[in-house]
Amino acid sequence: MLKIADQTFNSRLLLGTGKYPSFEIQKEAVAVSGTEILTFAVRRMNIFEDSQPNFLEQLDLSKYKLLPNTAGAKTAEEAVRIARLAKASGLCDMIKVEVIGCNKSLLPDPVETLKASEMLLAEGFIVLPYTSDDVVLAKRLEELGVHAIMPGASPIGSGKGILNPMNLKFIIEQSSVPVIIDAGIGSPKDAAFAMELGADGVLLNTAVSGAKDPVKMAVAMKMAIEAGRLGYEAGRIDEKNYAVASSPLTGMVTS
Amino acid sequence: MTIRINGRKVELPDDVQTIHNLLNYYDLEDRIVIVEINQQITLKEQYSSLTLSDGDIVELIHFVGGG
Repeated sequence: MLKIADQTFNSRLLLGTGKYPSFEIQKEAVAVSGTEILTFAVRRMNIFEDSQPNFLEQLDLSKYKLLPNTAGAKTAEEAVRIARLAKASGLCDMIKVEVIGCNKSLLPDPVETLKASEMLLAEGFIVLPYTSDDVVLAKRLEELGVHAIMPGASPIGSGKGILNPMNLKFIIEQSSVPVIIDAGIGSPKDAAFAMELGADGVLLNTAVSGAKDPVKMAVAMKMAIEAGRLGYEAGRIDEKNYAVASSPLTGMVTS
Repeated sequence: MTIRINGRKVELPDDVQTIHNLLNYYDLEDRIVIVEINQQITLKEQYSSLTLSDGDIVELIHFVGGG
């Protein structure tokens, strides 16, 4: 069970809702993924243009825990404003703090992320900051009282997978709050690896929505996350530099 | 009255006075929408009582797909 603040979830997959090719595909991918937490963005309504379909509005949001993000914010103050707007919907009390500090890498601004997290905690939000894989920053965020740490595996949407497993492992080992690997996951292997490292969950979007078959990939991610978690709990064998025979070395059939 | 909605200057008919009227005018009453007026978030309970004023800066916010 994944436990964030006082809420528990059976699924360890947090799914983003951006960039699906159609509503039907999104709906099915969300359903088969088994996710219980959906992320989304907060934006101005497009009331002056020809109505663009909003896939998100067509999902039954009451079935999910909603995790809005503060994407678009470049400062702590902007993130807080977006978080307050999201909360005013009356539909959510969780917030993914996302304060981007670099347009090319979309890496988070550590200073503003820390500041925004502190401000939102003071307002009673359940705060899940998206952060880089900085071990000390993760510690500082935890000390503030955030409810989960969400370090990126690699830049958002890059699909490059886990670039620094050592840092992620340090973060996982030191944290007493859930660690959710967020961003950069490309394939089921990456998701399984994150879970084998001991992560409490994985947040991904493009890896599913951008796959050739998003529905099939949603199933694959669900299975990978479950497999990775089971593997972590089971405890893998130590690596050795030389072969160790699996079959008995005695009782050989010889002439 | 002239107000600014989502960054655009808009002339509203005289019968649009409250936030409730505004949401009706844009056919948004059944949608998930958050209303901010002059950087102050409004609550649903205020929609019928809060009146708009000339020059108000209104943001109509909703949720869209994202990660």
